[in-house]
Amino acid sequence: MMNPEPSLPPIQIDVGSLVQRSVATLYSHLVTRPTGRAVRQAIESLLDDAGDTAFSLIDLSEVTVLDFSCADEVVAKLLSRYLEADRPREAYFVIRGVRDLHREPIEVVLERQRLATVAQGEDGSYQLLGNRSAPEDLAWRVVEARGRIEPHELEEAMPDADQRSALADLVRRHLVFADARSGTVHALSRLAAGPA
Amino acid sequence: MHVIDLPASLDYKAVDALLDQAAASDGKALIDARHVRWVDPCGIVALLAAGTRLRDRVGTQPLLRLPEPAEVAGYMARMGFFAAADGIFEMDGKPPRRATGGESDVLLEITPITTNSDVHDVVDKVQGRAGLILSRTLAYPTSAVVQFSVILSEVCQNILEHAEAPGWVGAQAYRWQKRLGKNVLVISVADMGRGFKGSLADEHSARFGDRWGDATALEAAFIHGLTRFPDSGRGQGIQQIRKQVRRWDGVISIRSGRARIADVPAWDDTPPLTDGMQDFPGAQITIILPARTDDES
Repeated sequence: MMNPEPSLPPIQIDVGSLVQRSVATLYSHLVTRPTGRAVRQAIESLLDDAGDTAFSLIDLSEVTVLDFSCADEVVAKLLSRYLEADRPREAYFVIRGVRDLHREPIEVVLERQRLATVAQGEDGSYQLLGNRSAPEDLAWRVVEARGRIEPHELEEAMPDADQRSALADLVRRHLVFADARSGTVHALSRLAAGPA
Repeated sequence: MHVIDLPASLDYKAVDALLDQAAASDGKALIDARHVRWVDPCGIVALLAAGTRLRDRVGTQPLLRLPEPAEVAGYMARMGFFAAADGIFEMDGKPPRRATGGESDVLLEITPITTNSDVHDVVDKVQGRAGLILSRTLAYPTSAVVQFSVILSEVCQNILEHAEAPGWVGAQAYRWQKRLGKNVLVISVADMGRGFKGSLADEHSARFGDRWGDATALEAAFIHGLTRFPDSGRGQGIQQIRKQVRRWDGVISIRSGRARIADVPAWDDTPPLTDGMQDFPGAQITIILPARTDDES
């Protein structure tokens, strides 16, 4: 018997419009560190209203220019904050609308801070961006392909102990979601799509 | 009165000599631009920096004698030099008026950078204009306009975050027939702030001991990505600019204080490191991007 999907309605955040609201101008480009800081703080306040666990879709579809300083503030510092020991709540992120022109700044800042994130490209496919090991990459692909792994399916899905250890790392890094009650591991892409 | 004669070609090769002369001058100065036949954004921005240095040191505005060729003064007007020079120079002669309306061939006029929103303005302008210039003049792919905007954004933020003083940026594409036989895009940025040595001194000078100076500070920032901020996310702007400029086979060089450091492709002869020049405050950054040839496109 399958465990039910967790109730984790995604919080949709359109960064293109958030940047205009946050910096009180009509600028739509995600450039400069102060702009990035303002956008990150706006995202954090949106998450303040979430419960103990938040799942957020950060949408870059309307962003054309993303510089390295802004990527560091909006992506790296945001992820980093919600992985710290004193994080305000459990939070999971998917970066959506990622185009080639966003990919390099995001990869660079994540690599530098040894972070990773789940990203959805314009074609709808999901990928991991940033710092990750080969076993983590493989384990993430297995979860992504299956959508979810029940506890009793784990050994069959990941026969290699290294892979299961990598899965534990993915859980710790919030790159997959592990339901604390059922032990089921969910791909963030499945949660982003909502209940089937 | 101390007279600084400008060369016929006031381009990136002439910047250091101009800054050195301005740094060495300690009285009322006259900058004589009558014989200038050619000026690029590096020359224009350096002229503003030199004038500011002379004004601040002596307390009176230096005199600027305008270029004799009408097309040179006209180009400087189109680039917004005279607007930016207001309050810096006393003009010897009447500057030409800046044409209003119509299309301009200027990629980015001389733009003062004093606040975060100036950087947004630069990116907005470039996003609107640079696409055609980069694709038609330099044969760059359409995606290059975003990478170019990112370079400009990071280089302008360098002024705000590290110099803590105002600065200027300007960019223009034109043909280097004799030197390279192809079109190039020239970007120049300068500020009158505390320079790389001043910015990094508190955090990093002790570990360099007696070797600490403008050249070591430039190496620390340019090559190793050091900044004065403890935050590990900082310091990547210059590194990423260097990476992108290398991909486009371009030059990037930074003059700060007495030293200049550069990433130099095979086609240029700028030395990778120069030290021992006059102590000029702040920093001046030159980026030159050559057009792609057919086999690169």
